[in-house]
Amino acid sequence: MPKLPIGLWVDQVVSWAQVHLEWLFDFISRAIEILVTGIETAFLTVSPLIIIIIMFILVWFIANRKIAIGTAIGLYLIYNMRLWESSVETLALVLASTALALLLGIPLGILTARSDLAHKLIMPLLDFMQTMPAFVYLIPAVLFFGLGQAPGLFATVVFAMPPTIRLTGLGIRQVPVELVEASDAFGSTEWQKLTRVQVPLALPTIMAGVNQCIMLSLSMVVIAAMIGAGGLGFEVLTGISRLDIAKGFEGGLAIVIMAVILDRVTQSLSEKRKINFK
Amino acid sequence: MDKIIVKDLVKIFGDHPEKAVKLLKKGCAKGEILKKVNQTVGIYDINFSVSEGEIFVLMGLSGCGKSTLLRCINRLIEPTSGAITIDGEDITSAAPQVIREMRRKKISMVFQCFALFPHRTVLDNAAYGLEIQGVPTAQRRERAAQVLETVGLKGWENSMPQQLSGGMQQRVGLARALTNNPDILLMDEAFSALDPLIRKSMQDELLSLHNALNKTIIFVTHDLDEALKIGDHIALMNNGTIVQIGTAEDILTNPVNGYVEKFVEDVDRTKVLTAEGVMKPPDPVVFFKDGPRVALRLMREHGISSIFAVTRERRLAGIVQAEDALQAVKEHREELKNIIIEDVPRVSVDTPVIDIIPVIADTKFPVAVTQDDGKLAGILVKGSVLAGMVRKGDNNA
Repeated sequence: MPKLPIGLWVDQVVSWAQVHLEWLFDFISRAIEILVTGIETAFLTVSPLIIIIIMFILVWFIANRKIAIGTAIGLYLIYNMRLWESSVETLALVLASTALALLLGIPLGILTARSDLAHKLIMPLLDFMQTMPAFVYLIPAVLFFGLGQAPGLFATVVFAMPPTIRLTGLGIRQVPVELVEASDAFGSTEWQKLTRVQVPLALPTIMAGVNQCIMLSLSMVVIAAMIGAGGLGFEVLTGISRLDIAKGFEGGLAIVIMAVILDRVTQSLSEKRKINFK
Repeated sequence: MDKIIVKDLVKIFGDHPEKAVKLLKKGCAKGEILKKVNQTVGIYDINFSVSEGEIFVLMGLSGCGKSTLLRCINRLIEPTSGAITIDGEDITSAAPQVIREMRRKKISMVFQCFALFPHRTVLDNAAYGLEIQGVPTAQRRERAAQVLETVGLKGWENSMPQQLSGGMQQRVGLARALTNNPDILLMDEAFSALDPLIRKSMQDELLSLHNALNKTIIFVTHDLDEALKIGDHIALMNNGTIVQIGTAEDILTNPVNGYVEKFVEDVDRTKVLTAEGVMKPPDPVVFFKDGPRVALRLMREHGISSIFAVTRERRLAGIVQAEDALQAVKEHREELKNIIIEDVPRVSVDTPVIDIIPVIADTKFPVAVTQDDGKLAGILVKGSVLAGMVRKGDNNA
């Protein structure tokens, strides 16, 4: 049997899309750039010290004092390492891709919970997205969007969205049958059932998905830096290429600090919403 | 008037219900159908009607199909065939919007495990039914608070359900079901998850609520004592179909087959049987105008030592003893009036046997059973009470 030209087929599909959907990719690329630079500017116009104080108060409010103090120390360390701007770039990319992943992932998750057909179609696709090495997305991403933040965001969203879909679907399927039945028995419409019973009760699980999504986005920043997404990933990348241990470690440490802060904050968000079913 | 009529209802679980229906018509058993065509028969051949304002109990062991049947009535489960008519309207063919409207306005449900929404306060749980109908917040909360008060939960409005005890949680469940003021309440093992003392007080409360609100209630339970206590009519189910329908007393005294007999074997009959069920016919009686001679003759004919005297309208006047009558005859006194003992023990027709026993133990006379208007309905002697309590299936024992 001759070799199946699977790679060739994919190549042809990508080339076709590149030519015929250029307008779409241009539009998306432009929109992403505006979004990401918007977030960046918002953070960079304010003095870092003021942001650190605001974050301290905000985190105290959302989580607790301990995490708030840790946040302030971590952020000050980043500032001190002169990595503030790179960190803001990374944060903007993470926030934008998380927002996009949630925007797509939560509705898709709800769909998988409500329709067995959607479940059967989407699940293998998610397996594919999660196990295909992330570097492989970079090639079509660059072809579609050129170099810069847009392909980085594209690859990040593809990589970070699956847990959101999975956990949203799981959360909704886990809502006790009798509660769904009760909601039906009082004459709820499908929308009322979803918004008043299923989603609120699935919220802790959905929040766990949000947390996962953010963590995975962060883990993509170094890879995204390879196609020009900049940020802390770029610091690490230059460290690697120049065998500069100091630069690489500082960049890496800043990523860790951001990861821990984002993780603790989103976790305490979902902790607060945890509901005892019995 | 019949509020709900269920006719030839069948529910088959599986992909090819028509195959199962065909086999059912041939008289195949559930197990056989499962083996042959891999379809599960939930319920079949269900026929009954529920009158307005009554409590109708569906009773049977777990897996007998009672909950499935209940869920067919508000179409949480789609029946395979047959018809359910509510207020003259066939709901088995009704469109989804009609069913939704019916669930909002006409039929509410109370669940075994309460099924309260854990993310809502007690008040907002109770107001749920009105909320989805689009009733403004203030108005629906006011109504919900009112209903919570009637079920005894005033002051708990802002608690979360999981802070409440089981009994209180089910009161919230009941309040939620009553808030949209439905005609019909479906109660699925509503008290089965509660401990016995709480269960008993909830049953009493349900009965008094029922008296006050006059809803039609279909109550599912596996507890025979509960069924007998609250049911105006009871449908005993087994293996997916109804075995017998009747009042508590019907089922106890006339079980249609061995299954029902076995089922009711252990019931404490003294709580369920009433005077009416164990009394003897009021025969003979002497009429007030008849005189001691007639009384004496009747007593001699029947071999008894005392006889009840009644007025012309058959109201109980009192009792006459043989020796008094004999004395009167000897002394040629022709009127009963002087020898009648008016202070005789009496109970009403619906007095349960458990309350009759002390009365009958305390007196040397038979006990008179009277109707509400004072008419003599029957006579109780120690023997007839004992016979009524051990009687099984045979009404003439």
